[in-house]
Amino acid sequence: MTRPFVIVCGAALSVAVAFLALPVVAVFADAPPRELVSSLGDDAALDALRLSFECSALALAAVIVIGTPAAWLLATRRFPGHALLVTIVELPLVMPPAVAGIGLLAALGPDGILGGISGRHLVLQTAGVVVALAFVSAPFYLRLAQAGFGAVEPSLIEASRTLGAGEARTFARVAIPAARGALGAGAALAWGRALGEFGATLMFAGSFRGVTQTAPLAIYERFSTDLPAALALSAVLIAVSAGLLFTVKLAGRDAVR
Amino acid sequence: MAAVLVVAGCGGGSDQLKVSAAASLQPPFTALGGARFSFAGSDQLAAQIRAGARPDVFAAANSKLPDALYADGLVSKPVAFARNQLVIAVRRGSTIRSIAQLAPPGVAIATGSATVPVGAYTATTLARLPAAQRAAIDRNVRSRDPDVAGVVGKVMEGAVDAGFVYLTDVVATRGRLRAVRLPPALQPEVVYEAAVVRGSLHAAAARAFVRGLVDGRGAALLRRAGFEAP
Repeated sequence: MTRPFVIVCGAALSVAVAFLALPVVAVFADAPPRELVSSLGDDAALDALRLSFECSALALAAVIVIGTPAAWLLATRRFPGHALLVTIVELPLVMPPAVAGIGLLAALGPDGILGGISGRHLVLQTAGVVVALAFVSAPFYLRLAQAGFGAVEPSLIEASRTLGAGEARTFARVAIPAARGALGAGAALAWGRALGEFGATLMFAGSFRGVTQTAPLAIYERFSTDLPAALALSAVLIAVSAGLLFTVKLAGRDAVR
Repeated sequence: MAAVLVVAGCGGGSDQLKVSAAASLQPPFTALGGARFSFAGSDQLAAQIRAGARPDVFAAANSKLPDALYADGLVSKPVAFARNQLVIAVRRGSTIRSIAQLAPPGVAIATGSATVPVGAYTATTLARLPAAQRAAIDRNVRSRDPDVAGVVGKVMEGAVDAGFVYLTDVVATRGRLRAVRLPPALQPEVVYEAAVVRGSLHAAAARAFVRGLVDGRGAALLRRAGFEAP
């Protein structure tokens, strides 16, 4: 008697896949192949793609280095204010990018709370792009890393402790390998979010070719003048992002086995 | 299918007039009301119309974009309804009092991108400067924003020392920003044009809206916001 239910689920899945895939398919269908190739020969487009990958990679590195031990603590300790901390860390997930941009300006802009230190070293600079990308993408990694560490078999941790390993060693040798699938998935989501970032980057870092104009900003600029070029650059960004997502997913799956 | 119909109903079922307007028109148009406004760079709005979007009215910060859409049969004959001035916006306490003061190294400037009207007007102004001065000012540009609202924001937040915007943008900040006027020889002709979009389901209301911008309540609100008569 599970048959009708399975059919309903199958229909739901078809709708979901069609809805989510249609714009992607349309970009590739509409991007003339010749434009696709010539867009890669366009210096401004290459600058934007290079900047996007460099900045998002730097942001991701920072997120992983700081986020992994932070998530470990959130996953393994219960202390007063724990729920509040988790909420604060997840807040950027539900923040509109414009709010993130305003917030970054209010915090790290020349007039911001830390403006005395940051001055104009971040705003309208490449470093500012990295900060904006890290801000919007970090919660994705933290969320999944925390869930991953939380799901590590407690007996594994205990066994490591019983064998005399300290917490640092247990963290590095047992917890991280055991949670690698979740860490990989979190990293992939965070990277994807960083690659697609638009609003916070524009508000905090501005748009200047080769310095702060990432691929999404370049696509937006091209939309008004050269739709085929905008489509071509979109197609390249989708292809590379899909490749990244897929690679990280595969790496994570292999690690779990 | 049902979901698509629901979503379509959210947009198409509305009786309200849809107006795509240049970002600089936000204060007077918001005060005017009577329509659903979409504010952005005029070039973005024109591109949306080319891509198939169908607002009822397109109001741009230049004549070039509406004229091009008219030539392609996408809008009715555009009507000039306002003028504006390109100025240099600085913060209240700034020491910048002339365009020459934008040239020294270290001054940070924001402008519109080349495709948005305010950026094109800025390029016109800069092109009239001596080559060395123009190059020096160009080197100080830190951001080329997709619309004038972004430029205003960058000046307001102190991310840059100065930005090329419209006089009305400075008026709208109610004293937080100060306008440095350009010498008449450097002032480009900034004319706003509006047109009814072809295929509008509210063509009569759209025409009335455009007419109101020329000599109705819209015109009065435009004057109060600092726009000049066309």
